[in-house]
Amino acid sequence: MERGNILNTSKELLKIENLHTSFRIKDQYYAAIEDINLTLRENEVLAIVGESGCGKSTLATSIVGLHVANNTKVDGQILYNDQNLATLKEDQLNKIRGNDIGFIFQDPLAALNPLMRIGDQITETLKYHTKLSEQERQKRVLELLDQVGISHPERVARQYPHQLSGGMRQRVVIAIAIACKPKIMIADEPTTALDVTIQAQILDLLNDLQEETNSGIILITHDLGVVAEVADRVAVMYAGQIIELASVEELFSHPKHPYTRSLLNSIPQVDHDQDRLEVIHGMVPTLTKMPRTGCRFAPRIPWIDPSKHEDNPSLHEISPEHFVRCTCWKDFHFEHEEGGLNHELHTN
Amino acid sequence: MWKTIVRRILIMIPQLIVLSLIIFWLAKLMPGDPLTGLVTPETDPNRIEELRELAGWNDPWYVQYWNWVTNALQGDFGTSYAFKDSVSSLIGERALNTLWLSLFSVILLYLIAIPLGIYAGRYQGTWFDKGTVLYSFITYAIPTFVLGLIFLFLFGYKLDWFPTSGTVDVKYDPGTWDYVWNKIYHLILPGITFALLGTTTIIQYLRSEVIDAKTQDYVKTARSKGVPMKVIYSKHIFRNSLLPIAAFIGFTITGLLGGSIFIETIFGYPGMGQLFIQSLGQRDYSVITALVLLFGFLSLLGSLISDIVMSIVDPRIRID
Amino acid sequence: MSFIQIKDLHVHYPIRGGFFNTVVDHVYAVDGVSMEFEKGKTYGLVGESGSGKSTTGKAIIGLEKITSGQVIYEGEDVTNKRRTRNSAFTRDIQMIFQDSTSAMNPRKRVQDVLAEPIRNFMNLSPTEEKRHMIELLEIVGMSEEALLKYPHEFSGGQKQRLGIARAVACKPKMIIADEPVSALDLSVQAQVLNFMKDIQTEYGLSYLFISHDLGVVRHMCDHISIMYKGRFVEQGTKEDIYKHSKHVYTNRLLSAIPTIEPETRFERKMERRAVEQAYRENAQKYYDADGKVYPLQVISATHKVAMSAAEKEAQ
Repeated sequence: MERGNILNTSKELLKIENLHTSFRIKDQYYAAIEDINLTLRENEVLAIVGESGCGKSTLATSIVGLHVANNTKVDGQILYNDQNLATLKEDQLNKIRGNDIGFIFQDPLAALNPLMRIGDQITETLKYHTKLSEQERQKRVLELLDQVGISHPERVARQYPHQLSGGMRQRVVIAIAIACKPKIMIADEPTTALDVTIQAQILDLLNDLQEETNSGIILITHDLGVVAEVADRVAVMYAGQIIELASVEELFSHPKHPYTRSLLNSIPQVDHDQDRLEVIHGMVPTLTKMPRTGCRFAPRIPWIDPSKHEDNPSLHEISPEHFVRCTCWKDFHFEHEEGGLNHELHTN
Repeated sequence: MWKTIVRRILIMIPQLIVLSLIIFWLAKLMPGDPLTGLVTPETDPNRIEELRELAGWNDPWYVQYWNWVTNALQGDFGTSYAFKDSVSSLIGERALNTLWLSLFSVILLYLIAIPLGIYAGRYQGTWFDKGTVLYSFITYAIPTFVLGLIFLFLFGYKLDWFPTSGTVDVKYDPGTWDYVWNKIYHLILPGITFALLGTTTIIQYLRSEVIDAKTQDYVKTARSKGVPMKVIYSKHIFRNSLLPIAAFIGFTITGLLGGSIFIETIFGYPGMGQLFIQSLGQRDYSVITALVLLFGFLSLLGSLISDIVMSIVDPRIRID
Repeated sequence: MSFIQIKDLHVHYPIRGGFFNTVVDHVYAVDGVSMEFEKGKTYGLVGESGSGKSTTGKAIIGLEKITSGQVIYEGEDVTNKRRTRNSAFTRDIQMIFQDSTSAMNPRKRVQDVLAEPIRNFMNLSPTEEKRHMIELLEIVGMSEEALLKYPHEFSGGQKQRLGIARAVACKPKMIIADEPVSALDLSVQAQVLNFMKDIQTEYGLSYLFISHDLGVVRHMCDHISIMYKGRFVEQGTKEDIYKHSKHVYTNRLLSAIPTIEPETRFERKMERRAVEQAYRENAQKYYDADGKVYPLQVISATHKVAMSAAEKEAQ
């Protein structure tokens, strides 16, 4: 698609350089994400994909400092408008949160205050970032609800979250996020809690909103289907690192990293039959037991010769705009491709 | 909502009838009667029998119950044998004392517990929090009578800062400011004891609610909107954390009339709790039955008030 | 030949209201569904949240009171029978839940979790029992050490496999699996699904696979029922549903599923819009005056679609 080419020339909104975020567990800091380098451009949907524990949500919250401050350490640069967000103080960040960067959360019921009317939850954003009067704010709330496809804005504004359906709630959460027309939207699993038909509607809505505002969207998800549906570029994360980064077409047609390839082969497909799904050996390492040197995926592909991995794997640009970590992908093959051991017996 | 309230009140009628039957039956089960204590070897057995007949204690139980209920419905709960006074006026006078004491303690209790609970939760892990937790464990562990006696000994007798019994000194005339002040002066010691011991639950509840609320997604949403933390505490966390306290409010309000048996007895404060204990000791069962019935009624009312309050403060709870 | 028949199953919940708290209406959670299960086959039950699919599963196994209709197991009517130890139905039909964490007592070791069904239904000596448990763990790819551990010491995928081990402990004939993989990560989900298939071949099990995920259902199931508002809108083989779907609701579901082919996203979006429009314009054709789904009409030996009698005539 032509769209990808336009993107390369469009303006950079956010530039993340060498970002590390560590959490303190029993007086020791453990890096949950390491060595993150990403850019987000105008009009782009950048998807961050990975399984639970890979650090994708940590990345999302690190950008605007939403984690609990006193046991988290954020190093590196998050450049937005010539400011490094990683070094800003809480009150400076508050000027950016909601105004320049909007956030959409996974579970729309939990994300809304159960005791507050929908309208009040939306005006709260406007109160801190605009000079609108009370009446103007009320008017804007109705506009926003209409914009996210809610058919009776006046009524919904007076309702409480529990009175709305899941899809409606997520629309409200999106209305909150776009209230101040932010340049960047960060959506953390925005459709995971929703039914497929509603998911399709919400994804379409995000697409339409982006066309109107030219904003950049960072989409955090575990669902490769969602990625294929809306993303322009994809970063695949494993154990706190980006292991592959490419345009969406490139990633799905020429996946390189063993992890990406395994994931893609483990999806049951709607449009073709396969007898067995690919299983990845072992488990994602927990934060405290994460290997800090070598290829982090190596323990899960033990049939690949250890010498094929890099000692200190870094991202290599293997073709324009396609980055892969480590060198093991060059020699990777699925275990059964060699006709070797019965792979199910090793999954424990 | 009004429909539900009316229905709930109507349901209370059979509940109260069952309760009154049980109370009446239990009272009859108690060994002896108010006259037992008066019997001496010189008493004429015929005279006692005469008195019993006069009081109607020889009638079948249902006749006695019927008389009792019909009188009670007219506000006549009989006469106290120990105080030689009508039960209703006896209770009325005590209830007012208890109400003042309880109101004073409860206000004090919330004044202490709410800020402590909220701040301990907000600054979890700090010295303030650790101190508050320690404090609430201590007050939880100390029995009422121990703390009551310590306070009485220390502030009442040793330091002589506060009176040690009664509700007001006789030298003041009702209606004067001195009289009111003296009443409050009498409330302070029992009130503080009561309040301190009651803070534990509220502090612990609030603290854990606040800690819990801090990690909720809606707080994250509020932060992502750019709302400053102190506003998040006052607008989002505070209100949501008070919900479980609101759920207790009905019982607290009706509990105000119930009084505390221990506190009132230790501080010689003539309230409902003290009256209850005294009547038990003297088998004054016209008073006991009236009191138990009242306590039962109050707890039914308390649960109704709690439900109504909850439906007002929490939009998710709807009674219709 | 089918060994379980579900006939016109209804599960209704009363809604109470009014001054005397009387029953004013019902929630028609399951509103007349019929199914037949054959040995060794997998049956998919698909629907969105609130469609009644979980209630159907629970009603069949006896965890939900059936308002009307019948569950017949090998010729015997087992509708609303209490699940007792000595009934064959209780032994032969087992269930796996979405959240195996909450389905296992956190204070019990794995050996106690597994021993429960064994002690209830099999007469084994302690050594035989232990051997059987080790066999079960081997089937789900775990070692003997797991016996002494507590549920919380396992990962999500492992717990789900323990749930399967418990379900197959007494060699059941059928397992009702309620969203068994929807809480799991992709690679773990693949593992569990593979296990379920292996066990099926080994024991000749039947599955009733309840899920909202049409991809997983397609991978697992031979025969699929699509549920909406307590009724079936379409029932048929995998082929019937995925290649020749007739009901607009099925089409909506199918068009909403994302695929992993970014090249076709634009076409699919257009298709989705077309289906949505068709749905909006012709909704009255698919639902009766009360907004309920029409009864199923047979359109081929395996394929049934909900439609009005008039519509059926027209075909």
